[in-house]
Amino acid sequence: MIDPPPTGRAVIEMSERADPWPVEALREAATDGVDFDGLVVTRDGDGFHLAVPGASYEGLSAVAFADAARRHGAYVENWLFWHQHAPQTPADWAFLRWIERADDLSVPERDERLRDDGDGVTREWGQVAVTVRLTGNGRRRYDLRHADEVDVARDALSTYADPCEARRLRKTDDDGDYRPLSTAPTLPHGWAFVDLGPAAAVRAVDGFYPATIANWHREREGVLDVTHWHETVSRQTGIYGVVQTWDRGEGHAHVDRVAEACCDDSQCLKRREWEYDAETPLSVDGGSGVFPCREPCSMVIAAAREWTRLEAEQSRTYAFDLTPSEKEQIETIIDAVADGRVDEIREGDTGDGANRYRARYLRAKLFDEVGNLCGVPTDADDANADGP
Amino acid sequence: MSEALLIVAHGSHLNPKSSAPAQDHADAVRAAGAFDEVREAYWKEEPSLRNALRTVAADEVYVVPLFVSEGYFTEEVIPRELRLDFEAADWDSDGTSADSVTLEPSDVDGTVHYCGPVGTHRAMTDVIVRRAETVTGTPDVGEGVGLAVVGHGTKRNENSAKAIRYHADRVRERDRFAEVRALFMDEPPEIDDVTDHFESEAIVVVPLFVADGYHTQEDIPADLGIADGDGDYAVPTRLDGHDIWYAGAIGTEPLMADVILERAADAGASVDAWPGDDGDRPTADRAGGD
Repeated sequence: MIDPPPTGRAVIEMSERADPWPVEALREAATDGVDFDGLVVTRDGDGFHLAVPGASYEGLSAVAFADAARRHGAYVENWLFWHQHAPQTPADWAFLRWIERADDLSVPERDERLRDDGDGVTREWGQVAVTVRLTGNGRRRYDLRHADEVDVARDALSTYADPCEARRLRKTDDDGDYRPLSTAPTLPHGWAFVDLGPAAAVRAVDGFYPATIANWHREREGVLDVTHWHETVSRQTGIYGVVQTWDRGEGHAHVDRVAEACCDDSQCLKRREWEYDAETPLSVDGGSGVFPCREPCSMVIAAAREWTRLEAEQSRTYAFDLTPSEKEQIETIIDAVADGRVDEIREGDTGDGANRYRARYLRAKLFDEVGNLCGVPTDADDANADGP
Repeated sequence: MSEALLIVAHGSHLNPKSSAPAQDHADAVRAAGAFDEVREAYWKEEPSLRNALRTVAADEVYVVPLFVSEGYFTEEVIPRELRLDFEAADWDSDGTSADSVTLEPSDVDGTVHYCGPVGTHRAMTDVIVRRAETVTGTPDVGEGVGLAVVGHGTKRNENSAKAIRYHADRVRERDRFAEVRALFMDEPPEIDDVTDHFESEAIVVVPLFVADGYHTQEDIPADLGIADGDGDYAVPTRLDGHDIWYAGAIGTEPLMADVILERAADAGASVDAWPGDDGDRPTADRAGGD
C-alpha cells in the first residue's frame, strides 16, 4: 500500500529457505548481478566476478568464488541481511539503515561497531533510543529504551519482547497521566525492548511514535505531502467546522500563537513542516525533531476550536491595583503553568512567585468572595447589578 | 496479494480507555493470525486517520469502523480523512445495511475495502446475547429475564436508533428472553424509566457503546438510577423491585473481535483464522445469512 520500492535496489527473490547460507545465496544472485554497499558481483561466460573496496577478483570458478566471498564475508552477510532479513517495505528498510548509519559508515566500519561484544550503534528517534548489534551471519538484533536510560542496567528495567506493547506503554507518562499526544516529550521511563528482530523493532518504534517512520521516509524521498493550516481547518466539519471562521484574512498571528503554544519542541517532538499556507510561512520556529509533522494534528484542531470561541470576544479595559511584585507574580504563575514547571516548585520555596503558598496568599488578598480579581467583575453588567 | 485489517475508532484526548477496545480486538485478531497486518487508526489519537494507510504495507486494506451506527463518522469523517472518494450513497444502505465498497485512496497505491460499522453487523446480535451471559454469569440466561438494548439515540441521526432497534428486534425473534426493549439516552423510550418497560424481575441492560467512558460509566448508571452517591454501581442493583444487571460498554466484549473479522470477510478478505476458532465464533447467522 505504501511507496514503490526505491530505485537502484533490486529485491532478490530468495529461495524458500528462511536463512540461506550467505555465500550460497550470493552465488544464486550473481547471475542477476549484485551492487550493494561496496560489494559488486556478476557472472558471465568467464565465471564469477567479485569486487569490494580494495580488492577485485575476475573469472572465478564456483569454488574460487566461494573462497573470495568468505574472505569478504562482512560484505556478503551485510548484503544478505538487507535483502533477505530486513523488512523490504521501503520506509522500514530506510529507517533501519538510518539507525546503523549505513549511509555514513562502510561495511567494515559497521561490522566493527555492530559486533555484539561492543556497544553497537545507537540512534535516538524522539525519546526512544534504538541500539543495533550484529549476532551472526550478518543478522541484527535491536534493543529499544528510553533515551535517558541507555546506560541503565537491564535488571532495573521492565523488559518486553512483543513490539505491540509499545503502543500501550506510550499511553501514560511517568506519573501515570494519559498522553493523548504520542510525540509529547513525556515518554515514560523504566522499560526496555530486548533482542527484537528488524521488523519487530520497526513495529515497536511505530507503536511509540505512530506513522513517524512513514512520513520521515516520504520527506527523505522528497514526496512528503504537507497539508497547511488553512487547508486543514477548511476541511473541518461538525463541532470543528467553527475553526474555519478564525481565518478571516487578518494575517496569521493567531496561527503563530497556536504553533508557539502547541508545536514547540518543548511540547511536541515532531518538526512542524506545515505553515499558514504554501505561500505564507509562520513566524515561529518549526522545531528540530528528526521526524516531520505534515499537518495540524487533532490536538491542535481541538485547541483551536476553543481559541476560535475565546478569540471572538472583544478586548475591554479593566483597572486592577497591583503592587509591582504582584504584577510580576501573576506573570510568573502564567509562565510556570505554560512551561509545565508547577510540579517542580518546592513546597518551602516561597521565593518563587508560583509557589502554592504565594499563590494562595495572592488569592486571599486580591480575590473577592466570588473570585473576581481585585473585586472587578468580568462583565460590566454584573458591576451594575452588584455594585454599590 | 497481501491483506491488512485497519480498525478505525474514535479515540479520545481525555479518556485513555477510549482506544482500549480497538487495541484489544486488534491484538486478538493478530494473535489468531487472521491477517498479514493488523493496524488501528483514530479520529482523536494516533496514528490519525490521515496517516493510517501509509503505515500499512499490504496492497489490500480492509477498513472496519469500530462504531455503533451509520452516520456522520462512517459516512463523512472516516472516508474524508482516509482520502477515499466515497459517497454515503455508495453503501446503498437503509441505515443498518451498509456492507462494503471498494475504493482507491488518493494518497497511497492500493485498494481499500471500506466496510460498514461493526455495530450494524448481524453478528453483533450474538455479542449482545453473549454480553448478557457474561454479566449475569449464566450461559443460558434468558428465561424470565428482560433485556434492554441501550443506545445513545439522537434526533440528528435517525440511524443511531435504527441500529439499536435492529438488534433488539433480532434478539426478540429468537424467543430467548422474556422481554426485549430498545431504550435510549436522548430520545424516547428513555432509560430513565427502565423498570416501567419490564415485567420481568431481572433486567439485563446492555449499552451499545464502543468504549467505557462518561456515557457508560456515569451518564447511563445515573439515568437508570443505579448509581450510588459516588457514581459507582453494583451488579446487580436492586431497583423498584427489579434486579438491574448493567453490562457496561459492549465494545469491550472479546467476541467483538469476531464481528470485526466478519465485516472484513463479508468484504472479501481471506480471513485465515478466527480468535474464536475454539468455539467462540458467532456462527449462528453465517450459515443462513439474512
